[in-house]
Amino acid sequence: MTANTIELMHKGLTRIQGPLLFVKNVSGVGLYESVEVMASDGRQRVGRVVSVDQDNVVVEVFQGVDGLSLSETRLRFLGQPIMLDVGKGMLGRVFNGIGKPLDGGPRVSAEVRLPIQGNAINPVRRMVPKEFIETGISSIDIMNSLVRGQKLPIFSGSGLSHDQLASQVARFARLRGGEAEQFAVVFAAIGVTFDTAERFRREMDEYGALERIALFLNLASDPSTERLLTPRVALTAAEYLAYKEGRHVLVVLTDMTNYCEALREVSSSHDEIPSRKGYPGYMYSDLSTIYERAGRIIGRDGSVTQLPILSMPNDDITHPIPDLSGYITEGQVVLDRDLDRRGIFPPVKLLPSLSRLMNEGIGKGLTDPDHPILALQLYAAYAQAHRLRLLSSVVGEEGLSSADRLILRFGDAMEQKFIHQGGERRTLEESMDIGWQLLAELPDEALLRLSEDQLDRQIRGRRHAR
Amino acid sequence: MSTAEVYWINGPVIRARAHGVFRMKEAVLVGDDRLAGEVIRLSPDAVTIQVFEDTTALMPGAVVEGTGLGLAVELGPGLLGQLFDGIQRPLKVIAETHGDFVGVGQSAPGIDRERLWPYVPTLAEGDRVNGGEALGEVQETPELVHRVLVPADVKGKITWMAPAGDYNVEAPLARILDSAGEEHEIPMLRRRAIRSPRPVARRLTPGQPLLTGQRILDTLFPIGKGGAGEMPGGFGTGKTVLQQTIAKWCDADVIIYIGCGERGNEMASILREFPELDDPRTGRKLMERTVVIANTSNMPVAAREASIYTGITLAEFMRDQGFHVALVADSISRWAEALREIGGRLEELPAEEGYPAYLPTRLAEFFERAGRVETLGGLEASVTVIGAVSPPGGDFSEPVTAHARRFTKCFWALDKERAQARFYPAIHPLQSYSGYVDDVARWWQDRGGMHWQDRRARVLTMLEQQARLEKMAKIVGRDALPAEQRLILVCADVITETLLSQSAFSENDRYCTPEKQLAMLELLDQFMDLAEEAVTAGADPDAFYALPVMRKVQRAGDDVANDDLDAIKDIGREMDEAFAGMTRAGTRESA
Ligand SMILES: Nc1ncnc2c1ncn2[C@@H]1O[C@H](COP(=O)(O)OP(=O)(O)OP(=O)(O)O)[C@@H](O)[C@H]1O
Ligand SMILES: [Mg+2]
Repeated sequence: MTANTIELMHKGLTRIQGPLLFVKNVSGVGLYESVEVMASDGRQRVGRVVSVDQDNVVVEVFQGVDGLSLSETRLRFLGQPIMLDVGKGMLGRVFNGIGKPLDGGPRVSAEVRLPIQGNAINPVRRMVPKEFIETGISSIDIMNSLVRGQKLPIFSGSGLSHDQLASQVARFARLRGGEAEQFAVVFAAIGVTFDTAERFRREMDEYGALERIALFLNLASDPSTERLLTPRVALTAAEYLAYKEGRHVLVVLTDMTNYCEALREVSSSHDEIPSRKGYPGYMYSDLSTIYERAGRIIGRDGSVTQLPILSMPNDDITHPIPDLSGYITEGQVVLDRDLDRRGIFPPVKLLPSLSRLMNEGIGKGLTDPDHPILALQLYAAYAQAHRLRLLSSVVGEEGLSSADRLILRFGDAMEQKFIHQGGERRTLEESMDIGWQLLAELPDEALLRLSEDQLDRQIRGRRHAR
Repeated sequence: MSTAEVYWINGPVIRARAHGVFRMKEAVLVGDDRLAGEVIRLSPDAVTIQVFEDTTALMPGAVVEGTGLGLAVELGPGLLGQLFDGIQRPLKVIAETHGDFVGVGQSAPGIDRERLWPYVPTLAEGDRVNGGEALGEVQETPELVHRVLVPADVKGKITWMAPAGDYNVEAPLARILDSAGEEHEIPMLRRRAIRSPRPVARRLTPGQPLLTGQRILDTLFPIGKGGAGEMPGGFGTGKTVLQQTIAKWCDADVIIYIGCGERGNEMASILREFPELDDPRTGRKLMERTVVIANTSNMPVAAREASIYTGITLAEFMRDQGFHVALVADSISRWAEALREIGGRLEELPAEEGYPAYLPTRLAEFFERAGRVETLGGLEASVTVIGAVSPPGGDFSEPVTAHARRFTKCFWALDKERAQARFYPAIHPLQSYSGYVDDVARWWQDRGGMHWQDRRARVLTMLEQQARLEKMAKIVGRDALPAEQRLILVCADVITETLLSQSAFSENDRYCTPEKQLAMLELLDQFMDLAEEAVTAGADPDAFYALPVMRKVQRAGDDVANDDLDAIKDIGREMDEAFAGMTRAGTRESA
């Protein structure tokens, strides 16, 4: 596309509706081209062309339309999609939601300009993610293992400790046996409070990791439509850090629910036919252009791992936002209000949690040969405890057999000893040991996932030790 | 060819003013980058086109060129082992020329033009031929002989035949003179429209099972070769793993795997695994019999819509050569959503959940392309279609799940609760069904499964009764149930652990031969007989769990190798003894 810059006379603008500007008599403008929108006060905003019809175009403004008038607004069509300047020195910096420095520091030396929309990785060039990241958290490491290049969201509820968990993962994460991982962290605040972002920054600071993190902040008080850009800007920076500088980048996106709200808002201003709960029918495709940017590429050193956070409206996992996310991401870590109330941290609800890339990253030669079976057996027993808990709430514990009561007790221990760990960091071995100990309390016939050999090696010895 | 000028652009949908004639479903090229598109609507003043590539930067004034042909794929030897996007661009070739990311205007022909294939004619000059008959053969892979067919609409006398030798796909191999006096030159390469089915001589009903090696499918809910099945399930319930498991181990000759709007990493894992795994029947690498169509969720939405048609057209092409083809599509819902998105851009009036009113018709057309047939060349062949469905919120009453159900005969319902307990495959035995049981019963009988149908029914009855009794147990407590009823609960538990549970990642159990399935079914039958006898004699059914042999029964899938069926016999004997021992002890006690 030629970088033709067209300055428009003010009479071009015919209508402002929601975040949309309707502009007449423009030609030579391409779809999704970026637009600078200047109000009479000289404040500049970013927009993009969203539809083109004869010589009329519709421009979507990402930074609010407050103060724009029909007669005094000037538009500049930039002849290219929305771009981000990326280069050395992004780490340790704080940017706004579209990548402009907020910390008073210099502009990033623009080594490359990249379109923030990104491009799909050719599937044949993807490397299957399989490098286990030890997060130090038992409920993740043993039960929902994270691997480099994965997208593993935290499904949470408002007021739950998701931010704390994310920051713990960012600080604790390392490859096994390795030194503290040379992770770079890209943190994108999407419509959250200043406090949230600041707390994250402070925690990284206390850990001495501030020079490894770049923050992109679209705060709750910032224009909501800008939220559509923030995750993309952050991911563009992450891709530069990963693929050009060869770093392993962990991207925290919080809160994707705010992103989806913005998407709904813009969609309804387009008069689009909504799908479930008013969210646009293309929300799945749209979200995938964010989440699918996680990955590893054959022949390149770095990786992009995503830890998006989203709060489930009304704690409802079937709500379109968690539902569509779950259909794209490679699993989810679900947080639970009930566990939280009981003081269990992290309050990970194991049954609906899942890591789909776990099988690729654990087991013989990767973590421990018995890791996969340990996870399966823990899940099977815990699910049974869960069922029995429901049952005993009706018929009472006396209605259960003694074998069933053992399982119930196992379920409680699982929550108190395995899931609950406070701020402590556990190695994989420590976590596994707790798991085996808990299983050793159960009789053989309740351990159907384990072979005789596994019983001999892991369970029977531990029983005798007692 | 006709041209048109773009004046309206809305995402993947554009409108242009025509100079010349355009036809519905005609393939077109748009703009300087020659983006692939298809005519989807015509009116006096506009041609509406869906574009299969990213339309970013497209401007009014861009020129649209008609091709005069429908949207088509290229067919010939060389499809196997390939990975294509939704409109058949070979992604390996594209990666070589364009790098790690897919972008606008990257294209390459679906079939390699240079590669030479060893061709051997099977007919001779002077022979009379009909459409669909084989002219000659190409050893495409060590296991598969590709047949070069006379095009369906050509019939006449062979006036010239190329001698055996190495040819590229464009080289003429024969000339056929038809009765109208027209001479047709036949190369290996074909172009075929993807929207309509290829002709066959006759449709047949499925007669043998498509064996998947998964007990809950083959034994309880079998699909016939040429059947159509639906696999609905919420996120993370195991659709993709099951689809991949079927693609790996089922006994089809050719697999078409369509990743329709799903994850890039899942495609990568197929590309990594399939070239390494052996086909249990032929010992060859699985990739040699597989074609992958990958249009991941972040690739253009219109190409996602096209991907299932591209896939099924490839499947029919292989079928017409006499092969049994299995097509798995993951997920049909993403295709339907693509349809909805494009419909929305056209401002069509939506029906249920915003889907266009023609959703059921399109679903029917797609699933109807499954079938066992006699090909024009007189061969028996089939296309089996298995579609995953991703219902929003896991709700099976939504339109895609519900309509697909009308056009398929197998329904494999994936259950959230089972998946959360890591009980795999998480197929719910009471919500699932198969309409092919009677069709395939003969086959099992011929394999020595004289009681296959009865035993299958006995197992299902137990599971049904279990559901009922569990409700009761929830109210009165399990201990309050009489022994006969607790026996049913115990039997159902054992069936669930033994037969239904099967890990896709276990060396022994990822694939279960039909012989082992029969042996395990027999073992369960024996257990139920023994358990009933023992309870009649006064034993406590809940005590059966603690019998050491019961661990062996329930772990038979995992512990016993497919070629070690004697081990199952041994377990059976041990079980006989254990129960005999218990009855003796029981008699002594009561004495
Ligand atoms: N048969 C199986 N054996 C062992 N593990 C399984 C099996 N089926 C599923 N799983 C586990 O469950 C996870 C989720 O399965 P899968 O990716 O197939 O779900 P899905 O239904 O395709 O979800 P989505 O709709 O989001 O794509 C897998 O990563 C795997 O760990
Ligand atoms: Mg899937």
